[in-house]
Amino acid sequence: MNVITVPPSLDDQTFEHVLDQLVDIPLDAKILIDARYTTWASPFGLTALLTLAQSRAEKPLFNVPEKDDTASYWSRASFFRYADELFEIHGKVPTPRTTGESGNLLEITPVSRSDDVHTVVSRIEKKAAAIITGNLHLESRAVMGFAMTLSEACQNIVEHAGCGGWVAAQNYAYRKRLGGRQIVQIAVCDAGVGIRQSLESGNRRPLTDRWDDGQALETAVIQGTSRFPDHGRGQGFKGIRGYLNRWEGKLAVRSGTARMAMVPAWDEDVVRKDRLAFMPGTQLLIMIPEKIDR
Amino acid sequence: MTMLRHTIDVCAVLRSAVNQNYDNLLTRPTGMAVRHQIERELLAIREGGTTSLDFSSIGLMDYSCADEVVAKLLVLLQNDDPTRGGYVVFLGIGEDHLELVESVLTHHGLALVCVCEDGRPALIGAVSEAERRAWDMVRMRGRAEAAELADEFGFGEDFVAEVLDALSRRRLVRRGSGGYLSLGAADVVQ
Repeated sequence: MNVITVPPSLDDQTFEHVLDQLVDIPLDAKILIDARYTTWASPFGLTALLTLAQSRAEKPLFNVPEKDDTASYWSRASFFRYADELFEIHGKVPTPRTTGESGNLLEITPVSRSDDVHTVVSRIEKKAAAIITGNLHLESRAVMGFAMTLSEACQNIVEHAGCGGWVAAQNYAYRKRLGGRQIVQIAVCDAGVGIRQSLESGNRRPLTDRWDDGQALETAVIQGTSRFPDHGRGQGFKGIRGYLNRWEGKLAVRSGTARMAMVPAWDEDVVRKDRLAFMPGTQLLIMIPEKIDR
Repeated sequence: MTMLRHTIDVCAVLRSAVNQNYDNLLTRPTGMAVRHQIERELLAIREGGTTSLDFSSIGLMDYSCADEVVAKLLVLLQNDDPTRGGYVVFLGIGEDHLELVESVLTHHGLALVCVCEDGRPALIGAVSEAERRAWDMVRMRGRAEAAELADEFGFGEDFVAEVLDALSRRRLVRRGSGGYLSLGAADVVQ
């Protein structure tokens, strides 16, 4: 049995450790994802775990976090609701509260059709408006951009992935970088064809000698090229980047073996990473920080 | 002659087109469905008239949907035979929507006439300085000919006529027998 250890703190950066452990393991090999000692996970970490399971030919085993608080949070975030179908789960899964209020901005929600995008946006519309103005202290006009960002990120799955994916959003104090300032994180992950194959399928590969996942990311995210030749396509990423740029937010997109980030001044991420461990599909991370008057 | 302006409630079209109680213009398939229905309604009512597209009941909007509902509709109208009418004015585009709509218009090199909250028509999107000036002059007068604008413009009549023709082709002013007419708030052609 191949045991894949989930780091104690699971986010977009530490998820790479999970993928690194999978490099030499065939897709149809049985694996055990061991999250017993994990104590925290971001929306990205949780949705990426589901995506990882979705990409395996053989259903993986999964060890539930031992810490009650952690397992309880994962349950409230709807992780086990979908993990139950994708993993063979071992350990005690807490029953989620039935009040319908989890404290999450958006619990993990599947996205596969255009209607799902409407559902996601309308479900969090009021809550998001209250958090953006009340917790992040952004102007009310930031709410429209937030909805646009969420919608365009989810549509990336509907239009390009070729299979369903997940979206989740959470508002929390970001201690790792911002000294506990409030932040909203949106994660949108799928295990679909990925950006490179999507562009290739529409014959939208640019005329260049070098063509890999990193180049494909630049083509789609920076140049706004889509697999569709239609001139109006590809504005989604441009819109997301514009919105995040205005509010000092962060965007990171991982696809295949590459990752690209739009790094704000408060972060120390790397703009582009190549030759990472392969992960099918596309995974988006969006972070919007609390505004501090200077 | 007085022409009545038709109004299409975009939110009502949205709900009818997707058969859901939505008020947010989100996703490309939704935008496509809304645009197709607006196109059908325009075909039925547009002979010589101006139609108002009323966005005032629309909540949130994204780029993909705005691209379909606003940009592709304008492209279609601009490519159509100008003698068949088909002028549209946009109502109820709030400040929240404005930035997004302008971005979509700029991407396509398009422009539109919208009526602001104070009731005054405004030109938004991609227009040259000369086009904006000429459009403003027509708006202030309600109706104008190239010859009467030439002095104020500071260029010859031919140049002004060229600019006004361009605005007319882009359906930002209407060319009539008495000159170029503003697609303003009143938009009553006599």
